[in-house]
Amino acid sequence: MADQVLDAKGLNCPLPILKAKKALKDVPIGGTLQVLATDPGAVKDFEAFCRTTGNDLLESKAEGKQFEFLIKRTS
Amino acid sequence: MAGEINTKRMSMIVTKGSLDWAYPPFILATTAAAMGLDVTMFFTFYGLTLLKKKLDLKISTLGNPAMEMPMFGMHIGMPNLVSAIPGVDAAATTMMKNLIKKKGVASIEELREMAIEADVKMIACQMTMDLFEYTKDDMIEGPVLGGAATYIETATKSDINLFI
Repeated sequence: MADQVLDAKGLNCPLPILKAKKALKDVPIGGTLQVLATDPGAVKDFEAFCRTTGNDLLESKAEGKQFEFLIKRTS
Repeated sequence: MAGEINTKRMSMIVTKGSLDWAYPPFILATTAAAMGLDVTMFFTFYGLTLLKKKLDLKISTLGNPAMEMPMFGMHIGMPNLVSAIPGVDAAATTMMKNLIKKKGVASIEELREMAIEADVKMIACQMTMDLFEYTKDDMIEGPVLGGAATYIETATKSDINLFI
């Protein structure tokens, strides 16, 4: 189970990223944030976000029209 | 992260103040800040109006051949002749705002607030303030006043410089 869950369903670019960034602040270092989204652009964007910020994208899943990301806060 | 020696920096010149053109600078600024960049926005000419306390942003259908609104299950363009009809721009603005809401796109007010929260630095062009007779009271709290040299100094230290 993730330490925090962010429901970003129905939100469009760049809101899932902006809300994830905010939510990560409340996750302890080493902890995880699960993000639920429906924006297909979020798939590439969370990869880029994690590469740039140095956080780990542990999982990126698509189930129908819903996407799930699991991010580990590294710093 | 901001302020660290290795922090990447981004600057942008924001020159346009219509509803559609307000999106790229605020989307990029908030996203870059979320990705750990130190961001500066320089608001000049019509872009300066994006710093007004009360935003009443509009779109213009005039001279915008690429603008196609999804209506009646198709995409409808806006020829310049139609733009001249009173009420067309207001209707197009309402339509755009409805689409923004329906598609879960943030409002400009929301993105601006998020940019301020994320410590995006904002510079209001002093010359434009004088030119269009705005006072500091017309503008939101936070932006500093500055000119071209203030922007250039920031740009020389930035990894990304955009003109929008």
